[in-house]
Order: sequence, then structure tokens, then C-alpha cells
Amino acid sequence: MPEKFDVIVVGAGPAGTACALTCARAGLDVLLIERGEYPGSKNVMGGVLYRKQMEDLIPEFWKEAPLERPVIEQRFWVMDKESVASFGYKGLEWGVEPYNNFTVLRAKFDQWFAGKAVEAGALLINETVVTECLVENGKVIGVRTDRPNGEVLADVVVLADGVNSLLSKQLGFHKEFRPDEVALTVMEVINLSKDKINERFNLEDNQGCTIEIFGDSTKGNLGTAFLYTNKDSLNIGVGTTLSSMIKAKLKPYELLDYLKNHPMVKPLLAGGESAEYLAHLIPEGGYHSVPRVAGNGVVVVGDAAQLVNAIHREGSNMAMHSGLLAGESIIEAKNRGNFSESTLNIYRDKLHDSFIIKDLEKYKDAAHTFESYPQYFKEYLPMMNQAMSTFFTVDGTPKREKQKQIIKSVTAEKGRLRVLQDIYRAWKAVK
Amino acid sequence: MSTKNIEEKQYLLRFKCDTKSHLTVLDHDVCMTQCPDKICTVFCPAEVYKWEGTRMQVGYEGCHECGSCRIGCPYQNIKWEYPKGGHGIVFRLA
Repeated sequence: MPEKFDVIVVGAGPAGTACALTCARAGLDVLLIERGEYPGSKNVMGGVLYRKQMEDLIPEFWKEAPLERPVIEQRFWVMDKESVASFGYKGLEWGVEPYNNFTVLRAKFDQWFAGKAVEAGALLINETVVTECLVENGKVIGVRTDRPNGEVLADVVVLADGVNSLLSKQLGFHKEFRPDEVALTVMEVINLSKDKINERFNLEDNQGCTIEIFGDSTKGNLGTAFLYTNKDSLNIGVGTTLSSMIKAKLKPYELLDYLKNHPMVKPLLAGGESAEYLAHLIPEGGYHSVPRVAGNGVVVVGDAAQLVNAIHREGSNMAMHSGLLAGESIIEAKNRGNFSESTLNIYRDKLHDSFIIKDLEKYKDAAHTFESYPQYFKEYLPMMNQAMSTFFTVDGTPKREKQKQIIKSVTAEKGRLRVLQDIYRAWKAVK
Repeated sequence: MSTKNIEEKQYLLRFKCDTKSHLTVLDHDVCMTQCPDKICTVFCPAEVYKWEGTRMQVGYEGCHECGSCRIGCPYQNIKWEYPKGGHGIVFRLA
């Protein structure tokens, strides 16, 4: 007879661990199953961890969690071949408690976080793949793993199996994703001394900087690049929708090397030593790609539920919060002694009432708009650089004349009406 | 040193290889006769797929388990599973 738990959580990433922690604290029997050698060994993220949703789970976590630097400056670059138009915000209030966000290295962080769920009473089993959900009379009653006699039963199975979520696909919660619903992102960790990082990014020891880079960083394709400061290393990465990658026939690692050698980026990395190279998919389909998130005896959280706000680079915080909401819902289901879909839809309702679905809904047409109308990334971003160059180059031309030149150069190619349409469409997609 | 190509990047990684591939090309004829672009050989971030004239060579040992090939194959011709528990890529940092 297979062993039975109250809850089985599949995947010890931010979503799964948050859910396991929440349930274990309430005294439920929790089994947390991880396929990697340790939690974090299969997980990849650019590196920004937001404070708020983590703090909801572990108050004052920054006092003990393995973090890199609190981010005090966020820069945005619109890059062309030999120029960059940059803006951003730096504020010392982000450098003191309670902080806004931190850079982290996930292999360390995820192990620490999963350890918290274990301290709360969850049983963590590593090196174990869940190959399918056990379904009986339309209800998920447990999982089959790749271990001998590997069946385990539970009242609720939590699918936190990441962007590929083979398990929720098996259950028919979603079809296979299209290449325009995922972004393929590659990154490198580059070791660089703390002093060099502080000098080059204008930081003190315990201050971090993030740079999001648009435009030539993806050769005009729909996507972004990033450069984040760790304590004594940098994370640099770039990603585009898989569909853009296919259409433009890009090799992701060549795009990464193109970025590393870009004249605006190269001096920041000089003398650094590559320590790791990582590839991962990001679910970027947004609102329209969110699958069914609750069924009889089963809920779906985090990347597996496609909960990522690509525009604001938020994902791990949504994962954690969805794990927390799922945990609360499971505790309520346990109190009622009923784990049917209608009870577990408490989770779906909580998700819809939270910032998660509200934010995804706000940007529901953004990805589709920018994918269908490539002029934003291919034409307008370079134009922004040209406009800045024209406006700030002092050559005796009166400023009002320069403004006219800039507007003319934008409308000459496309016509005024087309430009107004483009502006309206972009505004509508993000309003 | 900073890496300059995919070989140097892959060299940074630790893998615990299984003896059996978790990636399977279902029908090599489809690659041969229907897929002139062989786009998986381009977008795969670990250069796992290499076309060898008549069949697709699958270097599963260097796979990052990202899932792009399964979603990006225009013919759904790749069976994609996770490596056995504890096997495959082991990220140590990010």
C-alpha cells in the first residue's frame, strides 16, 4: 500500500517551496519532490528577487537568506549599434530595510528556501522525477515517480513543475505551448571583483544595480537583455520569444556573445571570468496562456501556471505568492475535508483577486501587440537613439528646428497617421 | 576569461549524465524530407542537435532541459522527457 500524505508538492522552486512551507506550518503532512540533485540545481532566473512576497512568507528573511545585493538602482537602456539612450532610478531608500528587491543566485537561494520548508516539517525528496499524476474517478489521488515502487498518495497534488509543466499538460489543463508563448533566455555568470563592480556601477559594497537593455541587445527582436550585479559577479543574459528566435534564425549563445561584445557593454565586463552558462524558458504568454489552475485534488502554481509578468520582469514573486495562496486554500480544503475542484477553486479566486492576475490582465495584449507589429523594436527604438543624438548634438541649429527635424524623420518614412496609430496601439497594450 | 563560443560555455557546466537519452527524434525521415531549415540545430541553446546528412545527432548529454526543442520543432517530432531523477544538468550558481 503506497504511503499517503496530505499534500504532495511537485517541484522545489519558489512556488512549490512557498506552498510546502505554508502547508507544513499549518501542521499538514507535506511531501516536497524535487527532480534535481538539490533544489535550485535545475532552476534559472536572471536574478531579481522581490522583497514583498518573500517577506509575506518569511519576515525579515534578508537577515539570514543568501542574497547578493539589495538593488538601489534600476536602469533602462534603449540601445542601438553604437549608442544607448538611458534612463533609470536610483534611491537610497531601497538600500535600507525593508528594501525593494535583491539580486540572488538561485542555486544557493533555493536550497536555503527549501530548507525553511523542511524546518517547518515538510519532507523533501531530491533526485526524483514525477512521471505522472495518479487519477481515479476524475480525481488526482497521488503521483507516480521514477523510483522503484514509486507511487505516493495525497489529498492534494500541487503542480509546481515549472515552465514545461508536463504534468498539467498530461491532465489536459493546457495544450502544448506555442513558440510565441515562451521566451528562450540564456545567461552567463561572470566573476568580477567586488571593487571593480563598485567602481564600474558606482556602488558601495551593499548596493546593487540592474540594467534592462532593449533594442540592439536582441538585434531588434522582441525580447530584452539584462545585466545585474551580484556581490562579486555579474549576471548577463538575453532572451527573445522562441518564435522570434526561430524567425530570425538566431543562435541564442551567439546573441549573448554579441551582447557581451557590444561597445556599450564590453567595458563593464572587461577582465571578468565566465563561471556558468545557463539556458531556460520563461512563460511569457501572459493572461491568455494561464491554464486551468485547479481540479479535483490538484492545483497548479508558479511558472507551471504561466504566472509571469514579462513587462515588469516579475516571476519568482508571483510564483511565491501563488504558492502561498494555494497553501492557504489547501488548508481551508483540509478544514472542510473536501478537496474537490469546487473547493480548490478558492485558490483560483484568490489568484484572481490578487495582483497576479490583475497585472497579467493589464498587459494581456502586450506580448501579442509587440510580436505582431515588429516596428516597435525594429524601428522606434533606433529612432529614439537618433532623436537623442540629433537633439543633444550642438551644431548651431536652433532647438525648435531640431525638434522639427526629429518629428519629420519619424513621420517621413511612415506617414503621420501611421505613427499616431502605432502610438495609440502601444498605449492600449500597456494602459 | 570570458567565453567566446558555445564549446567554452558548455565546458563551464556540470552534468550527471544518464546512459539513456531523455530526448528522442521520433522520425528521422521527417527531418530529412520535410524540414529543410532544421531549425532545432539553430535555436537549441546547447547545440544538442546536429544534422549528420541522413539523421539527427542528439547530444543529450549537454542538454539544459529548457524545453525549446519540444515547443519549437515545427513537426512535433521530438519526444521530450526529464532525465532520470538526479541526472542531467546541475546548475551550481544562478
